[in-house]
Amino acid sequence: MKVAVLKGGRSLERGVSLRSGARVEDALGRLGHEVLPLEADGDLVKRLTAGEPDVAFVAMHGMGGEDGTAQELLEILGIPFTGPGVAACARCIDKVMAKHELRSSGIPTPDWFAFNETAFRELGAADALAGLEERLGFPLVVKPSRGGSALGVKFAENWFDVPEALISAFSYDDRVLLERFVDGRELAVSVLGSEPLPIVEAIPNSGDSYDFEARYEIGRTSFVCPAALGKDEAASVTETALAAYEALGCSGFSRVDLILAADGPQVLEVNAIPGLTDTSLLPQAAEAAGMSFEQLVERILDLALTPANA
Amino acid sequence: MPIRHTIPMPRPPHRRRAHARSSDLERYAGLFAERTQVMRSSAMRDLMAVTARPDVISLAGGLPDTSTFPPTAFAAQMTRIAQESAAEALQYGPTEGFRETVDCIVEVMGAEGMLPDPEDVIVTTGGQQAIDLLCKALVDPGDAVICEAPTYPGAIPVFCSYQAETIQIECDGDGMRIDELELALERLDQEGRRPKFIYSVPTFQNPAGVTMSLERRRRLVELARSRELLVVEDNPYGLLRFGGEALPPLYQLDGGDFVIYVGTFSKILSPGIRLGWAVTPPPVMEKVVLGKQAADLCTSTLTQYFVREYFAEGNWRQYIESLIEIYRGRRDAMVEALEHYFPAQATWTEPDGGLFIWATLPPYIDTSDLLAKALRENVAFVPGQAAYVDGRGRNSMRLNFSAGDEGEIREGIRRIGKTIAEQVELYSALTGEQPAAPVPSKPRETSEAENVLPFRKTGEGGGA
Repeated sequence: MKVAVLKGGRSLERGVSLRSGARVEDALGRLGHEVLPLEADGDLVKRLTAGEPDVAFVAMHGMGGEDGTAQELLEILGIPFTGPGVAACARCIDKVMAKHELRSSGIPTPDWFAFNETAFRELGAADALAGLEERLGFPLVVKPSRGGSALGVKFAENWFDVPEALISAFSYDDRVLLERFVDGRELAVSVLGSEPLPIVEAIPNSGDSYDFEARYEIGRTSFVCPAALGKDEAASVTETALAAYEALGCSGFSRVDLILAADGPQVLEVNAIPGLTDTSLLPQAAEAAGMSFEQLVERILDLALTPANA
Repeated sequence: MPIRHTIPMPRPPHRRRAHARSSDLERYAGLFAERTQVMRSSAMRDLMAVTARPDVISLAGGLPDTSTFPPTAFAAQMTRIAQESAAEALQYGPTEGFRETVDCIVEVMGAEGMLPDPEDVIVTTGGQQAIDLLCKALVDPGDAVICEAPTYPGAIPVFCSYQAETIQIECDGDGMRIDELELALERLDQEGRRPKFIYSVPTFQNPAGVTMSLERRRRLVELARSRELLVVEDNPYGLLRFGGEALPPLYQLDGGDFVIYVGTFSKILSPGIRLGWAVTPPPVMEKVVLGKQAADLCTSTLTQYFVREYFAEGNWRQYIESLIEIYRGRRDAMVEALEHYFPAQATWTEPDGGLFIWATLPPYIDTSDLLAKALRENVAFVPGQAAYVDGRGRNSMRLNFSAGDEGEIREGIRRIGKTIAEQVELYSALTGEQPAAPVPSKPRETSEAENVLPFRKTGEGGGA
């Protein structure tokens, strides 16, 4: 089979995407497929058309690749592709939209308020911030609505941290959310097709759960898979994750990030196209389920070519 | 550093290793040395990866301009090497480097008034290797190393990989604050410790662009002598002076007893040839040579031959003059653009030489986040945090003016200025503070960011 691997692009997660893409290309090669590596740039459509692939493996993260843009193009060109479709990507990339969707489906997610820049610049939203303390309480997590990894995510311990945190978050997107900080265990559930994979737990080595950058650094965070959870706990986490995956309309594969608080799991976000690098969580979870990376890639391709998932 | 051009080549048939599975990684993780745990933020790495996109105007790199080096001269020199000394040029060389290379080095150092004993010189694979070899010879895990705040971002991974405790001393428009240095030394005294060395880029510092005043140079050298401390003077830019009067290098003031000197051909000829050097007292040299043997046996013979040929033509100083003219114009373009496009609350250095300007923004702006925003405008710089070991420098940035032409520099600064203006305006909307009168919103103690502000807006760096 001829498989185009879409990678790179202009997003801030370009580096991760190139690593994901390279790893997928290797696996495809070993599986005996013909690989057409494609860096997403101005010639993408031309090269896709000329290359005539049977299927496209989308190994792009962040804006342009994970937000439905690349998927829309592939639909127009009639090329089947891996991972979630246009609508699911568009919902997942935007944390505010995703949280609304989750909440209306009855899936727990931490309380939040969202603002866009216009609200502050033109509508005097700064005055409304005073209500935050009452409605959400401190500490808060301030995040860009659309953005990957820890970029622009800041912790606000009190009122005085908020303006700076907002400026940081607005550097990545014109909409930000202020989310109640929920203390608990950090878990990720990857879903393949409609099957949940073993739960991964991220444990920061420093003990500083406010250090968001640490989560993405080897040596500063340990990942345990399967997470050491009681049977009921694990079942409730998996069930919540699957519900979130379905509520957002995901298909193929995705990763649901949750916090397991004292009163149960809460969904933070769903990554439509999670990383596939050596240190990424989805491949770790697949491995814990007894799947090699090649088997994982093959399964993702199968799902892309199954009409039910198209 | 972004490499903008790669040569398209047909790929030979190759086997790519199966990527490690996470259980393999776990297995290796148990084998990794502790020093590998000290890694730069991966978020920052990913951001810097985006700066290499071809459509980005990058003021982030530190690339000297190599576009005006005459290709015909380059071809003639390399041809001569091939015709006259192919066998030797393709062979290993002595670990210390060829005597002919050292002669060129002595000539370069002489141009700044230094008279090193050729026996004290070792040729290295770039100045970077000289820093690495000095750490290898001198630093045990936990040892204190002192450097400037901010310091050369490329030195930090070296200090980290030898597990040094890096102590950074504030800089102002006159370079490293020697009074602060004395306080730090006293604190170490009280703990019964002494630093292994004091690392400084005294002239047109990377990243701050400032130059240590003559008075401070003298005090630093006296301090080193009276306390018998080593100073590592890294001087890649000394000959790239566009204005003001040249100051004596620390090495010249000291005579080479307590000052170790690191030099390079990267900024006066080419970084691609990877040729630098160190000048050290003989006992240190012995250890450095052993370290060099272990690291790579010898520096490239071929590029040493090239330098020999190049210097034999006798035009090396004219080439530097031509670079100075180019860089002066680019610095002027950058300073003009900064005045025009950066907000009133920003300050920046105006260097008399070198490759970099250091700009500092209001304390509520984090330049790592600003970089993400700037990348949407297709422009990049180095966030100030990269020049500190402890997360300071968050509201500063390093701007390079040697790599792009004047038009690119103006456009790059215009775009960065636009993103800053948006953040200043937003902050004002958020806090109700007037942008013209920036007051830190935090009631708590003075933030660290403010402590790294004291660069003067005008270039006074060269004054004594």
